[in-house]
Amino acid sequence: MTPEALTGGFADAPVQSAHAFRAALEALSRPATIHSLHGATPPEPLSVAAGVLILTLCDATTPVHLAGDHDCPALRDWITFHCGAPLVAAQEASFAVGRWEALQPVARFAIGQPDYPDRAATLIVEMPELSSEGPRLRGPGIDGIATLSLPESAAFIANRGLFPLGFDCFLTAGASVAGLPRSTRVEDV
Amino acid sequence: MTDQSYNFAYLDEQTKRMIRRAILKGVAVPGYQVPFASREMPMPYGWGTGGVQVTAACLTPDDTLKVIDQGADDTTNAVSIRKFFQRTAGVAVTEATTEATIIQTRHRIPETALTAGQILVYQVPIPEPLRFLEPRETETRKMHELEEYGLMHVKLYEDIARHGTIATAYDYPVRVEGRYVMDPSPIPKFDNPKLSDSPALQLFGAGREQRIYALPPFTHVVSLDFDDHPFVASKAPHDCDLCGAGESYLDEVITDDQGGRMFVCSDTDFCRSRVAAGHSGRLGAGGK
Amino acid sequence: MYVAVKGGERAIDSAHAWLAEERRGDLSIAELSVPQIRAQLALAVNRVMAEGSLYDPDLAALAIKQSRGDLIEAVFLIRAYRTTLPRFGASRPVETAQMAVIRRISATFKDLPGGQILGPTFDYTHRLLDFKLAAEGDAPPAAATAPAGLAAVPRVTDFLNRDGMIETEARSDATPPDLTREPMEMPSQRPLRLQALTRGDEGFILSLAYSTQRGYGRTHAFVGELRIGMVAVQMDIPELGFAVDIGEVELTECETVNQFKGSKTEPPQFTRGYGLVFGQTERKAIAMSLVDRALRWKELGEENIGAPAQDEEFVLMHADNVQATGFLEHIKLPHYVDFQSELELIRRLRADVFATQEAAE
Repeated sequence: MTPEALTGGFADAPVQSAHAFRAALEALSRPATIHSLHGATPPEPLSVAAGVLILTLCDATTPVHLAGDHDCPALRDWITFHCGAPLVAAQEASFAVGRWEALQPVARFAIGQPDYPDRAATLIVEMPELSSEGPRLRGPGIDGIATLSLPESAAFIANRGLFPLGFDCFLTAGASVAGLPRSTRVEDV
Repeated sequence: MTDQSYNFAYLDEQTKRMIRRAILKGVAVPGYQVPFASREMPMPYGWGTGGVQVTAACLTPDDTLKVIDQGADDTTNAVSIRKFFQRTAGVAVTEATTEATIIQTRHRIPETALTAGQILVYQVPIPEPLRFLEPRETETRKMHELEEYGLMHVKLYEDIARHGTIATAYDYPVRVEGRYVMDPSPIPKFDNPKLSDSPALQLFGAGREQRIYALPPFTHVVSLDFDDHPFVASKAPHDCDLCGAGESYLDEVITDDQGGRMFVCSDTDFCRSRVAAGHSGRLGAGGK
Repeated sequence: MYVAVKGGERAIDSAHAWLAEERRGDLSIAELSVPQIRAQLALAVNRVMAEGSLYDPDLAALAIKQSRGDLIEAVFLIRAYRTTLPRFGASRPVETAQMAVIRRISATFKDLPGGQILGPTFDYTHRLLDFKLAAEGDAPPAAATAPAGLAAVPRVTDFLNRDGMIETEARSDATPPDLTREPMEMPSQRPLRLQALTRGDEGFILSLAYSTQRGYGRTHAFVGELRIGMVAVQMDIPELGFAVDIGEVELTECETVNQFKGSKTEPPQFTRGYGLVFGQTERKAIAMSLVDRALRWKELGEENIGAPAQDEEFVLMHADNVQATGFLEHIKLPHYVDFQSELELIRRLRADVFATQEAAE
């Protein structure tokens, strides 16, 4: 384990994770709204927002999958030291982090069981940037219509087709985060 | 002043993470009851331990908390829960609905319309809307899975056959986004329309029954009914005797042993604001 | 002018002050100390530890003092404290075969290796009030005690097992579930059921066990063995690479031997019910083993006759007295709003009925 793995966590976990959770909760409750997350400085290539989400939500009880470039020693050590989360294959993950291409095929991830739809994965999708320009979204949390820069539409349309099963997403870029729960209907463009 | 012998908002961080994950899954599947490993709290089960755990998981030091029971800020259990969070989280508290960022409630939705950025946390005794029709968890879980809600409609229809109306006055079941039938907690059915398309986030916590569920803002919620017997949000046919409001939910207060009674708003903040703004009812300060 | 009821906060503070005064009681009487409760009300302490799921006799004694002797309230205090404690790890399974027994009896064999040890039991006392205790008496004469734990005390069920007369419980190293950390899920496995039973309310478990004896899910139980004593608690220390003793706990263990004529899947043999409870708590341990056995009907291929003790959802969802008492007592909280809505409904229904009657007349 490198000394860098020991740094970059929360300095005041109870308060910082409380603020981070509220931002994440707002993001998932109001899809397409963009919020900022602060308090962690994770190693490359993890974004600040994704790092804060992991510190806030993951621990020894939540298996994490690192996809593509994110599956690197620096990040493995950082997550192991700060969260103690077991690092696992995609199929077993409660949380998965990586770029959209690296997370493919997303059909690998847990979508919950018909009697326990909550037992589904949460994907943290690392984006080059996050903006309000993109496909039109409708559904719970959205007053009418909203728009958000998504990596694609088809996968999210397919995911909505599984409702109440399906995975849930946070999209992260730098310190920004947006939520995309499985309940959101993405319009094909 | 925060009590330093406990973690911020009482719960340890691992417990908060577990509750936070359950809340997020609840938000993702509106109306579905997410099981969570409810902890023993320093107040009894049935007294708001679910709501307290959800509030504790959501609070930040910047929040302004309002706690109501039966619509009132000054009922003993509301006072007790408010004090608990003042002591363990050091947060600001208020009685004004408009100033609160988180409102924990038992049995009411405030009269004043909620706004974006507010969270309403409900204390839920029995989260399963089908429980009184089928006591077994293994069965009701299957019924939700298969969307087998016929039994609920049969029950409501039996009411109509026997009484000419649906004889459920509170805890009136709703359907969320056309999918899950949900228990709105024992709010009077007068409050049911406020569940739907609210700009605020609504979270429901049932501690003893170990369930959390959610209604994100702008979620479509329909009270169960029939075409020939549509849902009616009813209340006592009176105005508030203190503030004169005609459209608020009322408590009936017995004033003497001769059958004397008066009706007052159950939402104490709403009533006080109206009185402060110069409104007056039959027995109010500005009344006759 | 009417003023809405105010002063909830002041009322609460006054109630608490009054409670503290009542708890202490008459100041001319010496205050009860926690060590006195621990030493002289040990069975109450044991019950609070068992149902509170926390082995700490001093805290249990303190809880009894604070709760004015209301044991369910004391259990609640212990549970609420317990949830705030950090977890350092899990112990190894305790070896009850290595127990330093103070009491060990078998109802199935007259004599057996290790012998029958009555120990400190009420069993053959005549229940006559001892008025000498009302006076401050001298210390009782020292009892001739058995040298605890010196001889090996093999298990009765192991004798039966040697001949294949009793079912073998397969050894498992699987980590048992923990209902204090994960939500209870039905249907459940035996380890979870045992955890729920051991911390369940003694009265509830006792009554369920009694109901099986009266035919509501009869299991033909004998006490194969009941043993009480101290066992060492060991924990693996990864840095050391071996287990060390971290302390010892007093336990009561009961294994019942149940007649079983066989089923479609199992041959005729004796079957087992199991009870393991903190402290000297033998009523609870025996009751637990009967209820455990009754709940095993499915795995043994027995008939479900619909008895309460066979119904795991019924048993597990209602065994916890902290949950039960909280929900039961919550109906004394304000319900003005729900009641008001019911009042309106009943008035409307009555008005409709009277209107219909009038129209008919």
